[in-house]
Amino acid sequence: MLDSLAAFLNQNDIFTVATLFQYWDGLVVTVQLVFLSLILGLFISVPLALVQSLNNPWINKPIWLYVYIFRGTPLLIQLYIIYYGVTYIDGIQESFLWEFVKEPFYPALLAFMLNTAAYTTEILRGAIKATPHGEIEAAKAYGMSWWQMTRRIVGPSAYRRALPAYSNEVIFMLHSSAIASVVTIVDLTGAAQNVYSKYYAPFEAFIFVALIYLCLTFTIVYVFKRVEKKLLAHLQPR
Amino acid sequence: MFDFHGYGPSIFQGAFLTISVAVLSMIIALILGMAGSLAKLSDNRFLKYSATTYTTVIRGVPDLVLMLLIFFGAQILVNSVTTWINNKFGTRFFININAFVAGVTTIGFIFGAYMTETFRGAYLAVDSGQIESGKAYGMTSKQIFIRIIFPQMMRHALPGLGNNWMVLLKTTALVSVIGLADMVRLAKEASGAVHEPFKFFIPVAIVYLGITFLSEQLLKWLETRYSAGVIRH
Repeated sequence: MLDSLAAFLNQNDIFTVATLFQYWDGLVVTVQLVFLSLILGLFISVPLALVQSLNNPWINKPIWLYVYIFRGTPLLIQLYIIYYGVTYIDGIQESFLWEFVKEPFYPALLAFMLNTAAYTTEILRGAIKATPHGEIEAAKAYGMSWWQMTRRIVGPSAYRRALPAYSNEVIFMLHSSAIASVVTIVDLTGAAQNVYSKYYAPFEAFIFVALIYLCLTFTIVYVFKRVEKKLLAHLQPR
Repeated sequence: MFDFHGYGPSIFQGAFLTISVAVLSMIIALILGMAGSLAKLSDNRFLKYSATTYTTVIRGVPDLVLMLLIFFGAQILVNSVTTWINNKFGTRFFININAFVAGVTTIGFIFGAYMTETFRGAYLAVDSGQIESGKAYGMTSKQIFIRIIFPQMMRHALPGLGNNWMVLLKTTALVSVIGLADMVRLAKEASGAVHEPFKFFIPVAIVYLGITFLSEQLLKWLETRYSAGVIRH
């Protein structure tokens, strides 16, 4: 079977084994970039959203500003500022950070992480705010501390409420990761651009990569549907 | 600090280009969204399935990939069509797909899919009793749409429409990738020339923030206006 596949691949000019490997490498980079920035983004946004629920104006104002700036400007600008900007920070070329920063991957990861963290903070904030007031009053009446209340009452229901919006954010992150190709990262889109410029075949190169993205999107949608079905089972119509 | 090395005016023109790309593609998106939602809600199977395919495919593929596909692909397609016509009829004309046309149509096309969903939801939010009473008055379906559905639909559509506009505005930054001289590209060129990235990118970011802020205010005003007849709880 593999032989017939290889024979088929050798027949056509564009989708040779070498090209497919280019796409595969791009896929790996895209998945790494998206996955890492989402995980790191969660590590930033969960504490920010929780701290916001304390309603301390001195904490909330800076968080609001961070979220507003990152949601109000294009990701491309954020990427450019970080990618081109880091090299001009005094002393960075001598420090240990230079090892990371000189490759485009890490500045892009930083930009994506900060961007998704801002959007996720907003999603989580909304979910926490939507906690029914009676539940919080009941928790207070039981004498729970803020942390106990967050852990036992607010948290479990808030992350379930946030899940549908967060699945959208994951898909958006996958789609915005395409702009990593602009700063010379060879992700899926970068691979497609390379294939396009090598064979001058825009339709083959870009439609193929569009199909890969489509499959990734459907996979994400499917996984989140499964998770939602499990976690939101109590809301399903019987 | 405010020494832009002479790049100031050109970046200002870039801001104007950004806004015109955004407004033009928004108009295309609104028209496509309206048509798409009507197709999705119609009884015609073919229309329904093609609209569903349109929204699913567009919303599953990154904007940049679609933009590159249209920018690089449309020219080849248009060329083959014009060559065929020229050979057939002995004419000699040529259509040039420049970055502006490609950018505006792509963004309009992408956000048409998002608008389709927004309008479809808004259409479904209109009370069916109202449509029935329109029918009982003997209105034609066109009259029902213009007199009853459309005005109420707009109220439900406004929040989603506003969201889409904000996302669209930020997506316009991508046209710089296909070579259009918008704010982002000019800032990139300028910062590359004088090696001061912060000086150019941060003002551009502030302009984007300013446009988002103004749009937010306008949308708030529109929402109050269009929900004038609704009791707030």
